[in-house]
Amino acid sequence: MAGMVEKRGAGYWMTHLGLIIGLLFIFFPIWLAFVASTVSQPEIVKPPMPLLPGDQFFENYRKALFSGINAPVALMMLNSMVMALGIAFGKIVISLLSAFAIVYFKFPGRRLFFWLIFLTLMLPVEVRIVPTYQVVANFGMLNSYSGLILPLIASATATFLFRQFFMTVPDELAEAARVDGARPMQFFWDILLPMSRTNIAALFVILFIYGWNQYLWPLLITTDPSMNTIVMGIKQMFPSGDDIADWPVIMATSILAMIPPVIVVISMQKLFIRGLVDSEK
Amino acid sequence: MEKRVTFKGIWLPLLLVLPQLVITAVFFFYPAGQAVYQSLFIPDPFGLSMQWVGLGNFEYLLGNAYYRASFVTTAIFSIAVTVVSMGVALYLAVLADRLIKGSGVYRTLLIWPYAVAPAVAGVLWLFMFNTRVGVITWYLGVLGYDWNHVLNGEEAMGLVVVASAWGRISYNFLFFLAGLQAIPRSVIEAAAIDGARFWTRFRTIVWPLLSPTTFFLLVVNIVYAFFETFGVIHTITGGGPQQATTILVYKVFSDGFVSQDLGSSAAQSVILLVIVGALTILQFKYIERRVHY
Repeated sequence: MAGMVEKRGAGYWMTHLGLIIGLLFIFFPIWLAFVASTVSQPEIVKPPMPLLPGDQFFENYRKALFSGINAPVALMMLNSMVMALGIAFGKIVISLLSAFAIVYFKFPGRRLFFWLIFLTLMLPVEVRIVPTYQVVANFGMLNSYSGLILPLIASATATFLFRQFFMTVPDELAEAARVDGARPMQFFWDILLPMSRTNIAALFVILFIYGWNQYLWPLLITTDPSMNTIVMGIKQMFPSGDDIADWPVIMATSILAMIPPVIVVISMQKLFIRGLVDSEK
Repeated sequence: MEKRVTFKGIWLPLLLVLPQLVITAVFFFYPAGQAVYQSLFIPDPFGLSMQWVGLGNFEYLLGNAYYRASFVTTAIFSIAVTVVSMGVALYLAVLADRLIKGSGVYRTLLIWPYAVAPAVAGVLWLFMFNTRVGVITWYLGVLGYDWNHVLNGEEAMGLVVVASAWGRISYNFLFFLAGLQAIPRSVIEAAAIDGARFWTRFRTIVWPLLSPTTFFLLVVNIVYAFFETFGVIHTITGGGPQQATTILVYKVFSDGFVSQDLGSSAAQSVILLVIVGALTILQFKYIERRVHY
């Protein structure tokens, strides 16, 4: 019976053909960027550019990584890495702690705290961008890692995720821990944290990509090129006037900007999909 | 929902919530409060004093032709992005769902664009359609079509829509594929035995059963188009030509940082806040319903 609906023959090949056409649409822009990152500037400015890679790969990537246009791309990648890891770790740590407090304690102000963080679900950073910028500027955190990271971990999505998960942990475990005379933090470290491993990893994948791909916020607060992140730094590489952009270096930078998140998504595909579904629940 | 078993103590839990409380207060509630506060004032040109105008900023905005045009632009933009990315994703998901073997390979390849930042996606598409060096621009020229999104507002809109939708296909594809795979095979096979062809099966069985996923994706994609496409627009068009691609979030940025019109920018933030609030409530209402399934 299993073979009833899926077809062999013409229908089967049409299915593959349809998917391959879709893949071409998805990959053409990436392929073209890659080709552009391996040819020389004259080959690009005299259109049409070639559709197959050239021989300038090492030259272009070396130039991008170690000299760049405003700042070496290797430095921008380091900044992006610090920002992405900072956001992922920072948000996971503060969310684990507060979710633990909300679920496993009855303390005064618990409901108020719960509703306060619930409100934060509703407001993306783009909306409160001007006043947030003023706060960060007043603290003297422009052009700093803390300025890049802290405002972006001020939201409660992860807290909710962990709260939902902790609610499903059997009460018997906490009961047993209490009977054994374990302190709350012992229970947290020895039981709750190991049980949350998969959730933490799944969330980490989503948050890493979120942090790496930030654009508007680093654009506003990193005026010093040495603090630029790679995703926002690409736009800064375009000349402001009528000059022609250095396309091979810009495209090499674009490819470099997508490599870390692509590696994370592909290598942790199962966790990524789980994180995606979890964080939308 | 409450835990039956809890630990004793007051200081420890307060200490545990403190980091999140402080960060949220300083970087979230204070700025959000400031946005509401500033929206009621007009700062003087030197930034030395603020003049109370009540709802004047809002009245001005709603009477302002550019702001109303930005609403229309945002509506067109987000509907187009949502329809294009969901359409392509559904098409690919239906095809991948038909495969017993090999759908994993396609899935691995199709999730790539999710990892590509909107701003990088913008640069990739800008490169293909660049008026001087773009490959597609050149081939369109050969075909006799003169592409110029720098001057033509409709072409600019088309380009930012496609670039934004492109990056979103992965996400929609994953949710559609999961939705399709959750539909019991037996139902579809029963219809097949009754002689229903693919299109009939899709229209009468698959599409209705997929509607919770579709509705969820509609809301999520509109939120995406509203807020997360800033990078695409900033890299490709900068809101132009003649504000043809200035969506609401872009206007908050350009009025607040480029024109330094803080009162107006803050009022726009507050209006956006109301819109996000409405969308969030819609989303939660929907999720509540899904839980009752």
